Amino acid sequence: MIEAVGLTKRYGDKTAVYNLSFQVRPGSVTGFLGPNGSGKSTTMRMILGLDNPTAGQVTIGGYPYRKLPNAPRQVGALLDAKAVHGGRAARNHLLSLAQLSGIPARRVDEVLGVVGLQDVAGRRSKGFSLGMGQRLGIAAALLGDPQVLLFDEPVNGLDPEGILWVRNLMKSLAAEGRTVFVSSHLMSEMALTADHLIVIGRGQLLADMSVKDFIAANSAGFARVRTPDTEPQLREKLSTALAEAGGQVLPEQDGALRVTGLPLPRISDIAHDTDVRLWELSPHQASLEEAYMRMTQGAVDYRSTIDQKAGLQQPLPPGAQPPMPVPGQGQPGWYAPPPPQQGGQPFAAPQGGPGPYGAPGAPAAAPGADAPNPYAQHAPQAPQGQAQPPAAPPQAPAQPPVAPAPVAPSAPAAPTKPEDAR
Amino acid sequence: MAATQVVRSEWTKIRSVASTVWTLSLAVVVTIALGMLISGLSANEFDNMSERDRLSFDPTFISFAGMSLGQLALIVFGVLVVSNEYSTGMIRTSLAAVPRRGTFLASKIAVATGLALVVGLATSFVTFFLGQAMLGEHRAEIGDPGVLRAVIGGGLYMALIAMFSMGVAAMLRSPMLSLGILMPFFFLVSNILGNVSATEKIGRYLPDQAGSKIMQVVTPVDDETPYGPWGGLGIMVLWVIAALVGGYVTLRKRDA
Repeated sequence: MIEAVGLTKRYGDKTAVYNLSFQVRPGSVTGFLGPNGSGKSTTMRMILGLDNPTAGQVTIGGYPYRKLPNAPRQVGALLDAKAVHGGRAARNHLLSLAQLSGIPARRVDEVLGVVGLQDVAGRRSKGFSLGMGQRLGIAAALLGDPQVLLFDEPVNGLDPEGILWVRNLMKSLAAEGRTVFVSSHLMSEMALTADHLIVIGRGQLLADMSVKDFIAANSAGFARVRTPDTEPQLREKLSTALAEAGGQVLPEQDGALRVTGLPLPRISDIAHDTDVRLWELSPHQASLEEAYMRMTQGAVDYRSTIDQKAGLQQPLPPGAQPPMPVPGQGQPGWYAPPPPQQGGQPFAAPQGGPGPYGAPGAPAAAPGADAPNPYAQHAPQAPQGQAQPPAAPPQAPAQPPVAPAPVAPSAPAAPTKPEDAR
Repeated sequence: MAATQVVRSEWTKIRSVASTVWTLSLAVVVTIALGMLISGLSANEFDNMSERDRLSFDPTFISFAGMSLGQLALIVFGVLVVSNEYSTGMIRTSLAAVPRRGTFLASKIAVATGLALVVGLATSFVTFFLGQAMLGEHRAEIGDPGVLRAVIGGGLYMALIAMFSMGVAAMLRSPMLSLGILMPFFFLVSNILGNVSATEKIGRYLPDQAGSKIMQVVTPVDDETPYGPWGGLGIMVLWVIAALVGGYVTLRKRDA
């Protein structure tokens, strides 16, 4: 069991992790999610006693890592696949780690077999590919047959076979009653592997709940409505009508409308009543990936912008179409519609308030309690008056099974609600 | 976690990288070859020397002339043993496995120093006997007063130089920075300070100048050095302790 209480790490005036509290329990795979630079690796390093927290503490089985008796037999970690001396053969690398805790050399050959590196055991690890390096790192983590395992981005660089293997490895380790803590920035991967999720953004806790609850709270459905391209005024007319009926309308890149809060038959009726022809009316389910992106969009530090290629642009050959912009790029408010329950977000993204980030660089559209419909600000085409959330979105449960509000910026000291934590 | 386990692990680490073999064999070859060359040249030169120089003629010390270059290879060895951990990122794996950083650093230094001492002592004896062979009739015998002390001292000197480099590397972490400071210091700065009369008094308290006193058997005429051979080695040991304490404090305090 890993327990963090009020964990904070500052590097100079940059806060990497702020007031993070969570528990990682044995017997399940706990996913640790967050965008690049959100503090995942810093947290992992603090768990392993490599970095000293500025405030707060983190313990494994009740001990700070540096005081843990016979640590290599209790905790195995893969931090950085390239954190090995490239001039040392794979087997010697593992042997030096095994000797630390009195693990027999026989075990080194065992784990080399487990990760599939037995044929390159005598080769220097600097010639290894990223995937082979990951396998070597996983071998090092498994060496002491530990009860607590930490993996930082274990599937980076692995082939599909390797990804499947890691996924099954994590699950089987957890099924044996071990504590497995896996960081990733891939929601889709975690949805398949993890039982429990801890999501952070900008070093602060965004969510701490089971995957099941996360899906229930976040995978909102929506309808895609397309009106004839030839008559844009119809689109305006329908948007207004749908908004008046209590739906939330979000224009998409290609001119279609995303509608939430209204069932499909009702949309069809409204279109009929307002005398608008429809070219498309289709049901869609927002993916977990989108839900995760929406949750973290206010906390993304490194966001790509559209490549203008100023002065470098080749003239297009005659007749060629300029490429369509990629949906979502440079459009922070684009992602999935808000979750189905009334009142907007289950997660308060860190913004202003008591947090260390005054959010000067944060997009203004960060979903939060004071902006129930963040899309309204980014959708100038959308008529005013639709910003009110629907009273009760009919196509979704009125409330998620549990109230998933693990941390609000105003109450950062209340880390984990017991009912969230399985 | 027993210290012996960490020592075994560090031994596996040190023997499984190529840089250990390269730096140590370079130290051996350079020290012996240069010592033989200088010894041979000095033997030919002896007849042209002034009376004063003949009185100061120290065949033992001359055979250790290669030490001034050979120590540079040992500095590289000491620096690489420690800073390789940082430059490769291995330090995070190592410290995750050995959370007690004092044990980690002590074991690493003990293993590397032991190796440097064995290599240093072997080098010292070989370079002495080959150097004396080159000196011919001006040779010193191992049984002469002070000679055995000088030869063993040569081995101790090499081990201490490696230890000092490890301490500095533990403080600075970067191999380039550590070598960039240590190499010019021992190759140039120390020699310059020791040979300019204005700074001579300070220069002789530098680690290499003080430490190399142990290899002298014949005290030069009008030598004013205020310490003897063991006193000089003691001064060097103080430098080494300071570097190691600095390295330990850095490792303990800073994030890996």
